[in-house]
Amino acid sequence: MHTKPKKYSVFSLIKNALSYHENWQPAWRSPDPKKEYDAIIVGGGGHGLTTAYYLAKNHGLTNIAVIEKGWIGGGNTGRNTTIIRSNYLWDQSAALYEHALKLWEGMSQELNYNVMFSQRGVMNVAHTLHDVRELKRRWHANRLNDIDCEWLNTAQVKEFCPIINTSPHIRYPVLGATLQRRAGTARHDAVAWGYARGADAMGVDIIQNCEVTNINISNGHVSGIETSKGTINSKKIGIVAAGHSSVIGSMVGIRLPLESRPLQALVSEPVKPIIDTVVMSNTIHAYVSQSDKGELVIGAGTDGYTSYSQRGGFNIVEDTISAVVELFPLFSRMKMLRHWGGIVDICPDASPIVSKTHINGLYFNCGWGTGGFKATPGSGWVFAHTIANDEPHELNAPFTINRFSSGELVDEHGAAAVAH
Amino acid sequence: MSKKISFTFDGKKYFGKENHSLAEALLDNGIFLLGRSFKYHRPRGLISAGSEEANAIVQLETGNITQPNVRATEITLYEGLKAKSQNHWPTLNLDIGSINDFLSRFFPAGFYYKTFMWPPKFWEKYEYFIRRAAGLGESPTEDDPDKYEHFHYHCDVLIVGGGISGLYAAELAAKANLKVLVLEQYPKLGGEINNQGKVSANKFRESDQNIIYQNIFSKLEKFDNVKIVTSTTVFAYMHNNYLLASQKTNNTKIREIIWKIRTKKVVLATGSIERPLTFHNNDRPGIMLSHSARKYANKGIDLGKNIIVFTNNDYAYEAAIDFKLINNENKVTVIDIRNNSKGDLIKEAKSIGIKILFNHIVTNTRGRKRINSIFVHKIDNETNKIIDNYGKISCDILCVSGGWSPTVHLFTQSRGKLIFRESDATFIPNESFQNEISVGACNGTYALEEILEEIDNKMSNLLSSFKIDIKNNNHPSLNKIKKIFYDKMKHLWIIPSNINFKKTKMFVDFQNDVTAKDIQLALKEGYRSIEHVKRYTTTGMATDQGKTSNINALGIISKLTDTPIHKLGTTTFRLPYTPVTFGALAGRHVKEFFDVERTTPMHQWHLDNNAKFEDVGQWKRAWYYPINNENMHQAVNREVKATRKGIGILDASTLGKIDIKGRDANEFLNRVYTNSWSKLGIGKCRYGLMLGDDGMVIDDGVTSRLGENHYVMTTTTGNAASVMSKLEDWLQTEWPELKVFLTSVTEQFATISINGPFATNLMQKLCVNFDFSYENFPHMSFKNIEIGGVNCRVMRISFTGEKCYEINIPSSYAQSLWSKCFEIGKDFNITPYGTEAMHVLRAEKGFVIVGQETDGSVTPVDLDMSWIVSKKKYDFIGKRALYRSDTVREDRKQLVGILTKDPNIVLEEGAQLVEEVSKPPMKMIGHITSSYHSPNLGRSIALALVKEGLKKKGKTIYAPMPTKTIEVEICDPVFIDPLNERLSA
Repeated sequence: MHTKPKKYSVFSLIKNALSYHENWQPAWRSPDPKKEYDAIIVGGGGHGLTTAYYLAKNHGLTNIAVIEKGWIGGGNTGRNTTIIRSNYLWDQSAALYEHALKLWEGMSQELNYNVMFSQRGVMNVAHTLHDVRELKRRWHANRLNDIDCEWLNTAQVKEFCPIINTSPHIRYPVLGATLQRRAGTARHDAVAWGYARGADAMGVDIIQNCEVTNINISNGHVSGIETSKGTINSKKIGIVAAGHSSVIGSMVGIRLPLESRPLQALVSEPVKPIIDTVVMSNTIHAYVSQSDKGELVIGAGTDGYTSYSQRGGFNIVEDTISAVVELFPLFSRMKMLRHWGGIVDICPDASPIVSKTHINGLYFNCGWGTGGFKATPGSGWVFAHTIANDEPHELNAPFTINRFSSGELVDEHGAAAVAH
Repeated sequence: MSKKISFTFDGKKYFGKENHSLAEALLDNGIFLLGRSFKYHRPRGLISAGSEEANAIVQLETGNITQPNVRATEITLYEGLKAKSQNHWPTLNLDIGSINDFLSRFFPAGFYYKTFMWPPKFWEKYEYFIRRAAGLGESPTEDDPDKYEHFHYHCDVLIVGGGISGLYAAELAAKANLKVLVLEQYPKLGGEINNQGKVSANKFRESDQNIIYQNIFSKLEKFDNVKIVTSTTVFAYMHNNYLLASQKTNNTKIREIIWKIRTKKVVLATGSIERPLTFHNNDRPGIMLSHSARKYANKGIDLGKNIIVFTNNDYAYEAAIDFKLINNENKVTVIDIRNNSKGDLIKEAKSIGIKILFNHIVTNTRGRKRINSIFVHKIDNETNKIIDNYGKISCDILCVSGGWSPTVHLFTQSRGKLIFRESDATFIPNESFQNEISVGACNGTYALEEILEEIDNKMSNLLSSFKIDIKNNNHPSLNKIKKIFYDKMKHLWIIPSNINFKKTKMFVDFQNDVTAKDIQLALKEGYRSIEHVKRYTTTGMATDQGKTSNINALGIISKLTDTPIHKLGTTTFRLPYTPVTFGALAGRHVKEFFDVERTTPMHQWHLDNNAKFEDVGQWKRAWYYPINNENMHQAVNREVKATRKGIGILDASTLGKIDIKGRDANEFLNRVYTNSWSKLGIGKCRYGLMLGDDGMVIDDGVTSRLGENHYVMTTTTGNAASVMSKLEDWLQTEWPELKVFLTSVTEQFATISINGPFATNLMQKLCVNFDFSYENFPHMSFKNIEIGGVNCRVMRISFTGEKCYEINIPSSYAQSLWSKCFEIGKDFNITPYGTEAMHVLRAEKGFVIVGQETDGSVTPVDLDMSWIVSKKKYDFIGKRALYRSDTVREDRKQLVGILTKDPNIVLEEGAQLVEEVSKPPMKMIGHITSSYHSPNLGRSIALALVKEGLKKKGKTIYAPMPTKTIEVEICDPVFIDPLNERLSA
């Protein structure tokens, strides 16, 4: 059995320092899977771990397991550019992301794990009259949805982020920007680890290096999963496997409307503080922030083709870097230190699926596209609700899988900060 | 005598020698302390002599050419070079931050995850200081004055690495008449050869190496099918043998060049990197990798008289021997972890008076800013436990060697699979994924005779696909090489210590200050996957990307968890191999070449006539043409009025134009547009709406039938390219049975749109002999007309509600026709109008703009255009979607007109609409899509999408703005001429 974890604090740090850090506990255990659980979450990324955490915390379901093929947080949780914001256009998205943002605001304290949520603001820059119209529409919608958002004119943009090139003579001059001050970035790995630790403390079994090979169904109801570590039974199974949800869906004949595409990101070498906010530009396609370690964190676009390979075309990186240099000419002599790829799973309307299915006890949470990280706590919160009650939470009701037959889409293509 | 070169380091002037690196020049001046570490601010010096350098990184130059985090080992000295050490305050020598070193116990791996959480609001303040403490060098703050270039290259064989292995492979390929490219990261070819001095240190080996090198190199120079480029690092190995390299040039005009290479075969000859050993206080200035120290010494740099070599293998004896041969006065001591070695080098070392302590280890070092002594203990060969204290030895430098790691970065980037070799504890290439071979040290082959044999065999296989046999091309001197015997190495991933492990500082990742006990802590806390250890401790994530630390971290994990190393796997080697300048990656795609502007043939006229421009897609479109001191509002009003009263002329050349030909062109149009095209006669035009497969409007435009099987489609400006590729997609993947051919003719034709009550008069003057009567040339029809001897395609269609002729003329004649229109249109007050007036004119008529009134969530029915959706057609793209339960709802958002109660208020586009005003959150029912002052109506007008808007005409709703709420009324979206009488009047 397991003991209540000791709290992290500056005092525990000093205390442990005096004993040369010999007495720290594991942040989470590495148990063998039990024969049966009340619920199984397939996928140990941020969304899977938060789902487990809130199932235990909000719904008292503690006999649950998170099954992860590799290591927790190894998918898009550990590969994204960590931008967190809730300034979405449509009411349905805004409500979900705003719920997530509120959870971000208390996350470090809630988890007793510093996820370094840094509310340094996110600026979405407009370069054309079309951008201005679209961003103002979003600004007004955010305002009336009670989500903080401001409109900055060019001079205000310069004041807020002095290193941005606001010359009227560049190819796509800065015509203004929206600013969400509560938005920002966080330490992505810490989110997975913090939720894992929190879930583990409530009794959740986190089982890594365990691949799901089949879903067992009897009489239209799930009964368990086959894994590389044997059969594990459960009447409730939540699939949170991003692009690979399609692979699992196909095990039970469910075809998900997902496309998986390579998405790339990179960091520069670390430097002293130079940019103190997050800048996103749709038109020239660049987004930049600086991590606490000092690296510029830069996101590129998705490739035009579908693929499960975590590698995109290098031309996309070149385009992104030229866009960054266009907007921040002073970064021209900075250097790309590390580049990586991930796979984003995108629905036709660029909104996620958080939904029941026609198979009783089988639930899917996927299709977050490029927006998954910021939604992490909110996604887990509503998915846990859906699994616990066999009914969606009001916030994820619009994100049902049935919308692709009814046509009630939440089309965020036009509304995405960077259209992919 | 080489030239003296002056340079400054931390503001002080020094002199160095030509062809020395900055690192060499600093050492030559006796400077060992070069920087401070990331976290504990420990004094650090050079650990290596190459691109693997973790410690000696400097801020190079100042002002607009400054550059942070430059490895001193990679910069060749030049006159006036200015370098500054990094990450300290106030000075390198006296750094307040080094207090962290004494408090290091309180900053173990991941400490920040456990603290800075109270009080909650204070994170922002903690973070402020954390951010300032982090980071190494400083970003430039000025624009980069330099230029960069991209260079495309195709070859048969790319050889990465210009050492002996690479050059020998190049020679074989060159003799086979293949096109060969050799890229070498350092300024000088030769690789390991360059580490040797004038004295032939290793008589068993290096004389042969030298002979072979000279032999190959002098021959290679004569081949004109071989290109050799130095100072060029291959940093990425992508799919299908596409590799990227970065060349540092000496050219003052171009600073760096990115090579984009597509090659049939790749030979990786990237060498290997020496490993440090992990012992207590192993990071002091003066502690170096053995072969790096050897290289410096052989270049004539005085590193001291008291040399210690601490090793677990035979290769480090090469350094020991060289130090002794360079100066027989040097006192050279080897501390060897092993109990013995029968290697040939050991015999030689003994014979020249080098002292060897087998079964001994270095347990500690002294000397804060430069090592001055070491502590040595004896270990038991079986248990590796300390059994005796040898005592303290003073020293000037400590050379360490933990063996070698093949440089497999590019191999793994190519998706090749590695295998772990127990004998020397290294990962070596095993299974190739692409058309590539690894040879020499990067393949874990170190003995010269074995390397040459390996290259003969592997090259023979590699080149067999060219139907080339190189079996007889073997190097003649191959047979003469003497074999050297190297004895086994011994691996101790953590060197035992006489003090408790938990109190040690055994650095693994030097730059990020990750110690062996940090790794232990991570494992203890449950971060067991190699990726978790890496991310929790940050090992291998510094600017050297773990070139010297990754394997040691793995070894330590293996030891601490008692897991065989091959079961741990490796973390991914990500590109780039060494950091690449952003500017170089951008190449010429910056400033005026960043997304090159598209302009119409009339662009110069617009410029000459004071046009203001709007960016639409990649196009520069004339936005409005202010005269005298008009502001935008005045100019637009004038342009709009002139168009409705006389003639307005618009440059509409940017509209997408797609030429459609083929037997099934008509059927094709039926499938891609919502309306029916079957009965469109030749010479007629029709407006079409294109839907996505979700039933939402994605494009619109007029298509004209030019002949039986010939149409020309117009698209919106911004969507031209995406519509073209969508059409091709459908044709090629969905309907391969259709015989239809598409050609983009957007650039081939310019479009001049002549609007207004006197449009026909102008046309008649342009072509005197043509019958412009309504009967002969009615609205929505098309004519081929010769204007000024040029065949033009003229459409009578209208986006303003006025009589309008759109003249499509071959681009090269457009400017002249445009000017001619002004000449003869004077009498009708011909006025050029820009996109803003165009928007007003069409909004007065309630015409939609796709992308403005629509946003991917709007159906034709929502636009109140159900008339354009054929009920009879068997199918069209989006048809099924239009009949889904949500798309047939009657309370969807629908296009309506909006009139403000106060006619002087022009609403903001994007403003949201509500039925009831309250405190946020408010229920929004729609938004303003377009909004203008209409000079013809003398008031503001707007278009909007409003939930159930069609039923709500006449109703008052509100637009709550930040400072006030605006009262508006829903109305019909057609504000002018609802019966279209002006088209034919």
